[in-house]
Amino acid sequence: MMSARRVRTWYRLHKWTSLLCTLFLLISCLTGLPLIFHDEIDHLVSPVHFAGPPVDIPPVSFNAVVLAAKRQNPKLRTLFVSMEDDEPQLNVGMANGLTVQSKGRKLLTYDAYTGAPVQSHQPGTTLMDKLLLLHRGLFAGVAGELFMGLMALLFVIALITGVLVYGPFMRRLDFGTVRRSRSRRLHWFDLHNLLGIVTLSWALVVGATGIMNALSTPLFAMWRASAVPQLLASYANRPPAQTIITPDQAADAARHALPQMKVTGIIFPNPVMSTTHHFLVYTKGRTPVTARLFTPVLVDAETGTVALAKPFPWYIRTLEVSRPLHFGDYGGLPLKVIWAAFDVTTVLVLLSGVYLWLSKKRTPVEEELDRFVHLEDLNSSISPELGAHA
Amino acid sequence: MTQSFPFSKVYGVAAVLACITICGLLSALLGDGLWDAFSWCALAIPLVVIVMYLIKSYRR
Repeated sequence: MMSARRVRTWYRLHKWTSLLCTLFLLISCLTGLPLIFHDEIDHLVSPVHFAGPPVDIPPVSFNAVVLAAKRQNPKLRTLFVSMEDDEPQLNVGMANGLTVQSKGRKLLTYDAYTGAPVQSHQPGTTLMDKLLLLHRGLFAGVAGELFMGLMALLFVIALITGVLVYGPFMRRLDFGTVRRSRSRRLHWFDLHNLLGIVTLSWALVVGATGIMNALSTPLFAMWRASAVPQLLASYANRPPAQTIITPDQAADAARHALPQMKVTGIIFPNPVMSTTHHFLVYTKGRTPVTARLFTPVLVDAETGTVALAKPFPWYIRTLEVSRPLHFGDYGGLPLKVIWAAFDVTTVLVLLSGVYLWLSKKRTPVEEELDRFVHLEDLNSSISPELGAHA
Repeated sequence: MTQSFPFSKVYGVAAVLACITICGLLSALLGDGLWDAFSWCALAIPLVVIVMYLIKSYRR
């Protein structure tokens, strides 16, 4: 089942997929480390005090803060109004264009109890926001996100092939063998194996969910392309909604349609983010699991009737569950500390891998593998003892 | 190298650690409170294992 030739193929795959993604993985790990504590750092840097505890339905109406934001920025288009989960904070997103990536984008924040503006920074300007943009897509937008997704895919392949070569290399050794006395290379080799195999599942989960997160833009575009056209068929030849209902009326319609759900955000009628005829109301459940799963509700912007209130398809659900599993923000501060420890361990695996590659142009392992493939070709039944030669 | 690959000897501990890690990752997702605490304990195990083996190697 495990011919030397096959092991050599896995070994080469492991080596090259790792080398291709290592630099970008190091960037991910190093920017990801502070990002694990994003919320804590933000609170520390700019502490905000609200007039009360977090709420389900804000005492101040959505419309009041939307109007306040509009008064302040009469030339900008209102994109959405949303409420934070862990704080009674209302956000109003505005921009010159149609999306949150448009020029002149602004996020205005208000106390959900008093409607008073909350001191906050503009998105993309703080160090943490910049780290996030680097982590997500090397400051290169969606193209950068897809590239980082590809790097995450290489990482997952490197992990799987790593497990496959781990077996043959370790067959003569006890689990966790770390030989310090023989050579520095052997020491690093053993560390690479130990740290790599122990953190494997975590790395696989964070790598795979990283791929999912990188695909979020195309996945949402896919959902819109499947849901919106049939919805808009009945609006054919009608101009975009003129007199529109308030966001609070849209939220009420959504709450009425899905009484067990909590409204978290309302996207204004918009040909890119919702439709020209509908508010897109985001709702979510209240249990630890369902709070991760959003259900979109499309509300007719003129009549206030609910046009669609259906859970997202499986691929968006997978994406939603992928988020916490990538960020490690779903189990309190201790989980974040554990996440950081795994992150640092992964950096050590990456660095030891690079060291092993640099330390010798052609490693004894590779020569041994070639030799055994050759022997196998000669129909020899000798078993390579890779562990002893590493 | 085919006939008698010592699968459980080579992959046994790794497989157990993988199961523990996955349980830890999922439990905090499924609930709060005790579920979170279980998750912390489960996910600490692989980290403790690493530290244990490192200490062992430095004692030698």
